[in-house]
Amino acid sequence: MTSIEGKDLLERIATRQSDTVLRAEYQRDEMVVEAVTNALGDLFEFLRSDPQCRFSTLVDITAVDYPGRERRFEVVYHLLSMKHNCRLRIKVPILESEAVPSIMAIYPSANWFEREVFDMYGIKFTGHVDLRRLLTDYGFEGHPLRKDFPLTGYSEVRYDEVQKKVIYEPVNLVQEYRSFDFMSPWEGALAMNKRESAEDDG
Amino acid sequence: MTGNGGQVSEQDIRNFNINFGPQHPAAHGVLRLVLELDGEVVTRCDPHIGLLHRGTEKLMESRTYLQNLPYFDRLDYVAPMNQEHAWCLAIEKLTRTKVTRRGSLIRVLYSEIGRILNHLLNVTTQAMDVGALTPPLWGFEEREKLMVFYERACGARLHAAYFRPGGVHRDLPPDLLDDIMEWTETFPAALNDIHELLTENRIFKQRNVDIAVVSEQDALDWSFSGVMVRGSGLEWDLRRAQPYECYNEFDFLIPVGKNGDCYDRYLCRMAEMLESLKIIRQAVEKLESAEGDVLVRGKLSPPRREDMKQSMEALIHHFKLYTEGFRVPEGEVYAAVEAPKGEFGVYLVSDGSNRPYKAKIRAPGFPHLQAMDYLCKGHLLADVSAVIGSLDVVFGEIDR
Repeated sequence: MTSIEGKDLLERIATRQSDTVLRAEYQRDEMVVEAVTNALGDLFEFLRSDPQCRFSTLVDITAVDYPGRERRFEVVYHLLSMKHNCRLRIKVPILESEAVPSIMAIYPSANWFEREVFDMYGIKFTGHVDLRRLLTDYGFEGHPLRKDFPLTGYSEVRYDEVQKKVIYEPVNLVQEYRSFDFMSPWEGALAMNKRESAEDDG
Repeated sequence: MTGNGGQVSEQDIRNFNINFGPQHPAAHGVLRLVLELDGEVVTRCDPHIGLLHRGTEKLMESRTYLQNLPYFDRLDYVAPMNQEHAWCLAIEKLTRTKVTRRGSLIRVLYSEIGRILNHLLNVTTQAMDVGALTPPLWGFEEREKLMVFYERACGARLHAAYFRPGGVHRDLPPDLLDDIMEWTETFPAALNDIHELLTENRIFKQRNVDIAVVSEQDALDWSFSGVMVRGSGLEWDLRRAQPYECYNEFDFLIPVGKNGDCYDRYLCRMAEMLESLKIIRQAVEKLESAEGDVLVRGKLSPPRREDMKQSMEALIHHFKLYTEGFRVPEGEVYAAVEAPKGEFGVYLVSDGSNRPYKAKIRAPGFPHLQAMDYLCKGHLLADVSAVIGSLDVVFGEIDR
């Protein structure tokens, strides 16, 4: 169990790193810290080395794409403290054009996590020594997990019997991809959500 | 010969680059390693992954929560149900669903069967990577029996889709518990056979002892989890540290290693199988007295068959559930389980609709494989396959 209460820990992080931390609060029983890219490295250094924090393990780095927002991407870090047995999520909202400082120097395992985020979302990490694509094909274009990237992608590969090699072609679907819209304003989830929130208010 | 007195000049000696994989039996799947060798010593190791990338996370964004569940079987296909578990836990956390007692016990039972499935495969194929052929033949026989238990519970040997939000899909058939109990009595002997083949085997020890030593600090720096941290002496197991399901009721030990080398990780896995066996036996005993439904009936789960014959509402509910699916309240959550390979987590962002807005799968093998360069540096080329074997990688989950 934690040696200090989670609420106090969040407060401690918020006051000690007030330049970087925007908000620190509990969301659905999970500790969440919202931060800016400014001096992000210091925040992670603090979280790793502070005796009350000791978030020694970087569990994961990912991003979420919100095309509707001004700050389009949210880079999400998950940290784990084996010493105090607690988890922390750090969310960093960024502009599409913005780059995030790499935390490779603090957590060596950030290397691949950041490469994956770069590959999937096109977010650049400054100070990363080897920001290559990781999961997609050699010579792949685009960033697949962005919301504006189509599910079917742009190109497909096949082995060509005549040319005796694998060739790339634009995607040609035999049947149009069927996307069912359950969010219709009549009967879908959208209407049900609205109805429920109206009931809550009333 | 060069001009300077028969001596080979400096520039003639250069490192040798070789390609290991992507089709190599010791690569445990499709892994391409670009190795830089100085003689026979590895100086750089650059894993190229993604050859099995199927875009699971992208696909998940366009499918309902229930349709997404079978994708989890296809991640770490060696122990499929453990992955489904993380997905179900994430949904249950967001919808605040409480699993039924019997459903919860069945989940524990099958998670542990999955753990044995995984460790049997890993231990024996690691032996194969270093030259022994008999252990996999013996180990696969036991795996076969376990997969029959999978099949009897859910109808599939591998891609189970058995764990559902709120419990498990259906109750176990009669006699299955007795047969599992019977198996737990014969398994220690089979495990002992493997143990006698390997543990004190001279070749096996030569190939594994002091190879890829992971210190406690390394384990933290490289985000290791599961056996990779326990082999280095850290007693960290999510089943104990952050109990989920009903693991806190079970009596089991957490084996830890001392030196953090490949051999200690092997010993940990062997010991863990016996601990899992203990949990299985306890779960079967508890299940015998736990009556009731295996699935919480409600929005997340289908109605009973009998109800569908009688009630129009039940029929509509069934239809809506399997076409539109259920909705999950807005919010985000991270749920993790102690999968056989380490911490398997799901970060789920919901926008209140019937499909996840974003789902990130945190596979334990991903950071483990990342450390290849660090672990292999200075080792011989022949050790590379031993290291891959002991990292316990499966490309279904790493490439996603």
